Amino acid sequence: MMNNSVAVRVRGLRVRRGRTEVFDGLDVDIAAGAITGLLGPSGCGKTTLMRSIVGVQKVAGGTVTVLGHAAGSAALRRRVAYDTQAASVYADLTVRQNLRYFSRLIGAPASDIDRVLDAVGLRDQAGQIVGSLSGGQGSRVSLAVAMLGTPDLIVLDEPTVGLDPLLRAELWEVFRGVADTGATLLVSSHVMDEALRCDRLLLMRAGRLVADTTPAALLEETGAPDPDAAFLALIQREEAA
Amino acid sequence: MNGMRLAATAGRVLRQLSHDPRSIALMLVAPSLLVGLFAWLFSDNDGVFDRFGGPILALFPFVVMFLITSITTLRERRSGTLERLMTTPLGKADFILGYALAFGLMATLQAVVTVTFAVWVCGLEVAGEVWQLGLVAVVDALLGTALGLLASAFARTEFQAVQFMPVLVFPQIILGGLFMPRDQMPDVLHAISDWLPLSYAIDAVAAVAAGDDGWDLYRPLLIVVAFAVGSLVLASLTLRRRTP
Repeated sequence: MMNNSVAVRVRGLRVRRGRTEVFDGLDVDIAAGAITGLLGPSGCGKTTLMRSIVGVQKVAGGTVTVLGHAAGSAALRRRVAYDTQAASVYADLTVRQNLRYFSRLIGAPASDIDRVLDAVGLRDQAGQIVGSLSGGQGSRVSLAVAMLGTPDLIVLDEPTVGLDPLLRAELWEVFRGVADTGATLLVSSHVMDEALRCDRLLLMRAGRLVADTTPAALLEETGAPDPDAAFLALIQREEAA
Repeated sequence: MNGMRLAATAGRVLRQLSHDPRSIALMLVAPSLLVGLFAWLFSDNDGVFDRFGGPILALFPFVVMFLITSITTLRERRSGTLERLMTTPLGKADFILGYALAFGLMATLQAVVTVTFAVWVCGLEVAGEVWQLGLVAVVDALLGTALGLLASAFARTEFQAVQFMPVLVFPQIILGGLFMPRDQMPDVLHAISDWLPLSYAIDAVAAVAAGDDGWDLYRPLLIVVAFAVGSLVLASLTLRRRTP
């Protein structure tokens, strides 16, 4: 099911930031209706790839096709949601005011606000100023914004960074629930143990795709006991080749 | 352009402000305090405040709104919220005009408070109508808002944004005709001053002070409006969905 439909197709993507070449002809496919984990050390290009997919990255060449349209085209602005690495919400508004503003921009129904508040477990904090919340709560507000209006593709840049294990587990259940409704999720992380919760894995290193696989296949193929060791094994194998 | 998203953005900016009562108080009261200080300084010199009070009234709201707008929009660029907004259906013009509308409203309030204070507390006398003085102050504050929006596009940090003040605002004050009538300036400076919007703002105030009506007042005022509109158009054109 996942193999025959592709939500995002990246071909020959070239991105330059300053003098450094982040991507020099990157090819990636992201399966529709699944959770794809984008993993790799920080600085490997995860955020740049996500920015290219949501259409805010200036690219030097190549094509990025999202849900059949060129990335960033007007047709996608209601169907694609993006949560940046830093909680991109207004710290001087309340949780509910933030959600209300973004829901009006994308034309989501008002009932959506309570739905996403429940999904991220912030119903009790709805009236609080975001700046007065803890860092973890702040990034959950940002995540809630990304879930407004039931988008077809949700791009989350390190949504669980700095959260405690219990909360992380809860959020991954939320992601699973969203994917079960048919949405495609692209979630970046540098915590390798989160890899096991994804349907598909993209492992990146220094702007190149090291592996495009599933969690089970990754462990099986490398014979490693955990994703961390598997990632190391892949890199060693590649350097030996 | 989309009216609903524009209004939502303006409402959001005002809601942010409403959580910051100290900023509102500063915005509304600071220009009045400066006008009051100016009036007090010249309280023993008859007619000086009447001569400079008007131009000062045009200047302070302009400077205050320029600073506030450029810092606020820059904060949006730097916090990641602008990047997120650029992935939503919000149009670039909706974003810029939403800010202009919200701050324009604040600018209007500020101008009303400042003109009221200058006329009824400090005893500023103009030959023209008081409401015309208010109108000029509002238009000048709008110009400050529009230029601030444009300037923030060229600043990477808050530090740079504040530095635009001396670069963009001070020359306009010096060449605007406040310190020396523009027709007495060296030719080159006079020619430059013809291209600076604040020169026309000061011309408009001078017209109200002298009791000139009609074209003498509305020509410079319309030029200021044109500069403000031009800055807003430029600001939305320089806004980019894709950034490096």
